[in-house]
Amino acid sequence: MNKRRPYVRPMAGWWRKNPFFVEYMIHEGTALFVAAYALILLTGLVYLSRGEAAWNVWLEGLKNPWYIAFHWLTLAAMCYHTYTWFKIMPRTMPPVIVGGKRLPDFAITGSGLAVAATASLAMLGLVWGMAR
Amino acid sequence: MSENQRIIEIEVLRYNPETDKEPSRQVFEVPFTDDMSVLQGVQYIKDYLDGSLSFRWSCRMAICGSCGMMINGEPSLSCETFLRDYYPARVRVEALAHFPIEKDLVINMEGFIEKLESIQPYIIPKEERTLAQGEYLQTPAQLASYEQFSSCINCMLCYAACPQFGLNAEFIGPAAMALLHRYNIDSRDAGKAERMELVNSEEGVFNCTAVGYCSEVCPKHVDPANAVNQNKTNSAADYFLRFLTPKGGAK
Amino acid sequence: MKKTLKRSNAPIFWALFGAGGMLSALLGPILVFITGLAVPLGMLLPADTMSYANMLTFAQNIIGKGFIFAIISLFLWHAAHRIFHSLHDVGIHAGIVAKLIFYGGAMVGTLITAYTLLAIGF
Ligand code: SF4
Ligand code: FES
Repeated sequence: MNKRRPYVRPMAGWWRKNPFFVEYMIHEGTALFVAAYALILLTGLVYLSRGEAAWNVWLEGLKNPWYIAFHWLTLAAMCYHTYTWFKIMPRTMPPVIVGGKRLPDFAITGSGLAVAATASLAMLGLVWGMAR
Repeated sequence: MSENQRIIEIEVLRYNPETDKEPSRQVFEVPFTDDMSVLQGVQYIKDYLDGSLSFRWSCRMAICGSCGMMINGEPSLSCETFLRDYYPARVRVEALAHFPIEKDLVINMEGFIEKLESIQPYIIPKEERTLAQGEYLQTPAQLASYEQFSSCINCMLCYAACPQFGLNAEFIGPAAMALLHRYNIDSRDAGKAERMELVNSEEGVFNCTAVGYCSEVCPKHVDPANAVNQNKTNSAADYFLRFLTPKGGAK
Repeated sequence: MKKTLKRSNAPIFWALFGAGGMLSALLGPILVFITGLAVPLGMLLPADTMSYANMLTFAQNIIGKGFIFAIISLFLWHAAHRIFHSLHDVGIHAGIVAKLIFYGGAMVGTLITAYTLLAIGF
């Protein structure tokens, strides 16, 4: 008779067992805020299509302290998403060879963050310019 | 024994398939010196405390890849992890995560071996050369492009680090993908189309959610996560472009 | 030992996830700041930045339309894909049902966005 009886360990709660995994779950969790924000914008768009009065109701609604607090939270989550998105970039993209040498991880992450910062400033400038 | 010898507690996850329903922990008190690895600690247990303890090892120098264990929850080569770094706390030793336990610290690696075979880990040349024609030539730059992915020692730490493999054992996984990638980008190889079938499949790269821990624990800096994720791009290209190209390895 | 392999359809969702992830990584924080904080709190930007007239002009412009569509729909696809996988991660393998709910949800959101943008006119 075969005496082998390989034991398969359960996976329940795996993500609590290692700080690396806890961090992973947190950055995956930013998706909840991305979804919520997209839905807020979608609501705004629908109100916009219903005319000025409707739009102003939505716009006023944004001033609700709960909304403000929620947007602060969302801002934090989005920033964390940005950071982790570029942090994992060296793992997800093909190696970049500069002068026969592979670009180090921090250079890739750093460039990503720099591009994000530039895009954000450009966006802010653009909105400011258009609103004036 | 020298004076700087101290006693450390080693907690081992034991499992005997003939008598145990499930694994349980057992603590041993092990005298150790500063130069002793966790593997040596475990060997001490086998030699002096409990001869029934089972584990794998061979080279003791981080090259054979057989001594992988979970040490305080982290996939590690036990021969290059040192007891002194844990003292005075207790060090926890377990069989590699996500694999079935055969006995104590020995895991069942059949699935892994099958995966290694399935990626056709050898050069599939465009056309066979005869002996008279000589070897397949390659420039240093062509070698450099895949060299990193060829340093894998099959220690399976990356699988023990991969929750997606833990959740779905069918997933081809990090090391096998790194090896697959190594052949696909070898200038002498022409087997990519065949191997892409596996990359594209439901067992393939899209099980990965870019956790990245596999590359973190790899003792040979293979960066298997990079191999997996580069092949997501390759696979997506293959997926969308197959309608344009007549023979793009698509089925 | 050759198993029959089934091609995964994941590239579609993965590509949308990636596009949305990149877009939200680049512009997510600043957009949240503008629409959710600067404008409602009257900080930094002119008071009428998001006035009805301004927003209508923006949403009627073809580039504006494209921008709004890309932001809302790709954010939704990104989030749907991630949440779907996170459910799998925490052990809820709802499979086809979860797929329908999340990807279906993103699809519905995309359609509403497109419809509303068209309704707003040019
Ligand atoms: S890729 Fe690294 S961690 Fe994985 S089996 Fe090879 S050497 Fe070990
Ligand atoms: S014993 Fe060979 S790698 Fe550790």
